[in-house]
Amino acid sequence: MDIKYQKSKGLTDKPLSYCPGCTHGIIHKLVAESLEELGLLDRTVGVASVGCSVFSYEFFNCDMIQCPHGRAAAVATGIKRTHPDGIVFTYQGDGDLASIGIAETIHAANRGENITIIFVNNAVYGMTGGQMAPTSLIGQKTTTSPMGRDAHMHGNPIHIAEMFSQIDGVAYLERCSVFNLRQVRNAKAAIKKAFTYQKEGRGFTMVELLSTCPVNWGKTPQDALKWVEEDMTKVFPLKVFKDAGVETHE
Amino acid sequence: MANKVLMKGNEAIALAAVKGGVEAYFGYPITPQNEVSEYLSKYMFEQGRVFLQAESEVAAINMVYGAAASGKRVMTSSSSPGIALKQEGISYLAGSELPAVIVSVMRGGPGLGGIQPSQADYYQATRGGGNGDYHTIVFAPESIQETVDVMKEAFDVADYYRNPVMVLVDGLIGQMMEAVDFNRPVTKRFLPPKDWAAGGMNGHSGRNTICSLYLDPYELEAHNLKLQKKYQAAIQNETKFELVNMEDPDYVIVAYGTMARVVRSAIEILTKKKLNVGMIRPISVWPFPKAPFKAINRNCKGILVCEMSLGQMLDDVRIMNNGALPVGFFGRAGGIVPEPEEVVDAILHFEQRRVD
Repeated sequence: MDIKYQKSKGLTDKPLSYCPGCTHGIIHKLVAESLEELGLLDRTVGVASVGCSVFSYEFFNCDMIQCPHGRAAAVATGIKRTHPDGIVFTYQGDGDLASIGIAETIHAANRGENITIIFVNNAVYGMTGGQMAPTSLIGQKTTTSPMGRDAHMHGNPIHIAEMFSQIDGVAYLERCSVFNLRQVRNAKAAIKKAFTYQKEGRGFTMVELLSTCPVNWGKTPQDALKWVEEDMTKVFPLKVFKDAGVETHE
Repeated sequence: MANKVLMKGNEAIALAAVKGGVEAYFGYPITPQNEVSEYLSKYMFEQGRVFLQAESEVAAINMVYGAAASGKRVMTSSSSPGIALKQEGISYLAGSELPAVIVSVMRGGPGLGGIQPSQADYYQATRGGGNGDYHTIVFAPESIQETVDVMKEAFDVADYYRNPVMVLVDGLIGQMMEAVDFNRPVTKRFLPPKDWAAGGMNGHSGRNTICSLYLDPYELEAHNLKLQKKYQAAIQNETKFELVNMEDPDYVIVAYGTMARVVRSAIEILTKKKLNVGMIRPISVWPFPKAPFKAINRNCKGILVCEMSLGQMLDDVRIMNNGALPVGFFGRAGGIVPEPEEVVDAILHFEQRRVD
């Protein structure tokens, strides 16, 4: 029998713990396939952060280190500096990266640490039950912004990719999503490019992925995908913000 | 004497770490320990090892976490407010069973406090501010020579127990100069290969994960009991202390680090005054020595605890004394190093010093 499709060797056999309709699973698959296809699994160390993806250390089939909330980029720095030939990535949510861990992330980028950050932005604190995130949209109702996010009271959604595009040490930076097949393919290409750049020693690479949280958004999986496509992308446009391999002058 | 060099404490700490096989250093500037990282920034580079100035103490301890988790010998150094920031990371190191050496050069507190030598972070070092049932093994040397000896051994102790080890000194030891021999032998330990490290699967068979997360309470309790077993072994094997003039003393003074040096001078003065005073000097403050307290003769009139703080180690002495002898306390705070005469006076007026 001809095998047309099989699970990536970059994933373990552990069943994923994510909620129905959450797109963490797709993003895991893309990361795992990219590492496998580039032949990097044996020399990769992944850093699991705190949040819904905390258990990613059980899912990725490579050496994995779980770390304190927000500190993934610093932990990754410690690994990469002592294992310059290794491939090091972090897998972080918006609370972990854009709120408590923003200093560590900015400085890792500014040093041009040769690591890859997979930044999953679903505009909400998922693991803790739906609190307001730094990336929550204006008007978005969460358990800690029950009347909707208000710019004067809560601040505006933070634009991580836009901020990081100003940092010299960044070699590759793209914002993608996985709300349809075309976006999934594009996201895979971006993740693969990020790891390729790391392999080539080009510097800091980050792929931001707009992701869903149907449970905490109070939406069906279909409506959640639609909300990413129609609402989130208006605030967080999908594009390549920086690519050291291409000469661009915007 | 031929092997001795005159060296500043902080620089000696740095060189001792190199001799102890440190492969990576991560730190953030804070007085009075800056010479540790300044020295290493050049020396580690020359040796082809890793030196990185982190953006914060929090980042530094997490870089330590990453390097330790991937199997490298790694350290950081800081001072009081900086060590406060590292506590979360220290708890994670203990929880994930990772070896690392943390040098704490104490200054006066609380808050921003001051930059003069102090021992006000005894609680911080021995109790820790991180969450959970964990211990850091803490050595508190009194001289630059002893600091160097302890530093070299600290990496082996950390690796042996897969636990963070702290070397606790004060700003005086960090800033002064003394003659020191870097080639004194270190106790040999059997250190198994780090086959648990997560530095890439090409370095070992199978897949390694490092974590401190156990959502099942029974699993987490089992993990805690495993840690406790290690701590019991550390209590058995790593307790270090020095006894000074402890044959039939009239009074016993308990002091560590710089304070112990002041007490040595005080004991000389008291001897001239025909008072026989001994000293128990803990070198490991966690685990805290127990045996010497059991061995104090019953004619002893009391135990005077001396600290450059307002009474922190005092708690441990009270526990070990367990009500057997009167306990007194003398301490100065804020970065003041007491004069020997102040200790002499405290012994001569012991009754006024009693806190029991």
